[in-house]
Amino acid sequence: MAKGKVTFDIETCKGCELCIEACPQLSLALSSKINAQGYHYAVLIKDNCTGCVNCALVCPDAVITVYRQKKKSKTPVARITNVTQNITVTIDDERK
Amino acid sequence: MSPEITQDLTAEEQEQLECVYAKPETLTETRFHYCPGCGHSVVHRVLMEVVEELDIQDKTIGIAPVGCSVFAYHYMNIDMQGAAHGRASAVATAVKRLLPDRYVFAYQGDGDLAAIGTAETIHTCNRGENIMIVFINNAIYGMTGGQMAPTTLLGMKTSTSPTGRTVETAGFPIMITNMIAMLPGVAYVTRQSVETPNAVRQLKKAFTKGFQYQKEHKGTCFIEVVSNCPSGWKMTPLQANKWLVENMFPVYPPGDIKVPA
Repeated sequence: MAKGKVTFDIETCKGCELCIEACPQLSLALSSKINAQGYHYAVLIKDNCTGCVNCALVCPDAVITVYRQKKKSKTPVARITNVTQNITVTIDDERK
Repeated sequence: MSPEITQDLTAEEQEQLECVYAKPETLTETRFHYCPGCGHSVVHRVLMEVVEELDIQDKTIGIAPVGCSVFAYHYMNIDMQGAAHGRASAVATAVKRLLPDRYVFAYQGDGDLAAIGTAETIHTCNRGENIMIVFINNAIYGMTGGQMAPTTLLGMKTSTSPTGRTVETAGFPIMITNMIAMLPGVAYVTRQSVETPNAVRQLKKAFTKGFQYQKEHKGTCFIEVVSNCPSGWKMTPLQANKWLVENMFPVYPPGDIKVPA
């Protein structure tokens, strides 16, 4: 599964192509269909989106919503309680 | 052409993905009336993102200008006031003096700020009013049909300079931002742009600083945004942004011009 995904408010898109130019993954293109305003709207055509937000930053009409893979949780794998003397604990955390 | 990927998030995607960017709630549901690719709506959105992030939606008052962005109050979900052509900074002065605890900004274009409103702009900055002025410079009068503005580049063709602007008849492009930076009342002067994602990130930082300095009573903050006008320049949005980098930046280089000590 891709690391990210973008969705478009296709009825508000004006097809200016700025997001297509800004996408480093070349995952966007204009649809062959048109919306009610008469514009070819932007769509995601490849499954390689990383959720970098570049497209949404340059979008003049704020039509893009960006999703990205959730960061792994930062909850500790172990908790040490009742320490009565100096000890050394090594946690082999593969998530780092 | 590759097939389109469905818009809807699958159950698996809903589980694994989180929303990292969405339209700010400080923008209304109204669709922008701007032409495709216009820089105005990017600036509107970035400004409102900053208002949302600083959580000052109910404490911010914007002054809408005359020009393409005259309907700014339809899009920004904050208190706004319209102003006579060029007088946004004068109205902003009054609002800030009556309600000193609010964040006040004037949003103006080049025809509004650098032509008819030159006197108000310069004197507001000279008094060091504690407001933020957002100046959108696209070197043309977009709303009225692409006429020559004071900031129009030399040789640039517009509907009132069909053979290109010449020094003999129209003088040089006015460097109003550099002029304002010389005034002692002004705290922060910067020139930004909106043509790339990184430029938009820089602009967002500039707006955040502008509101921050206003909170600290540093003086006037003046933020110029070098923007495009695809319709007025008779180009596609992509061509316009390319033209902006090649022609506008040599005359209006982006970067901070004055920062508070």
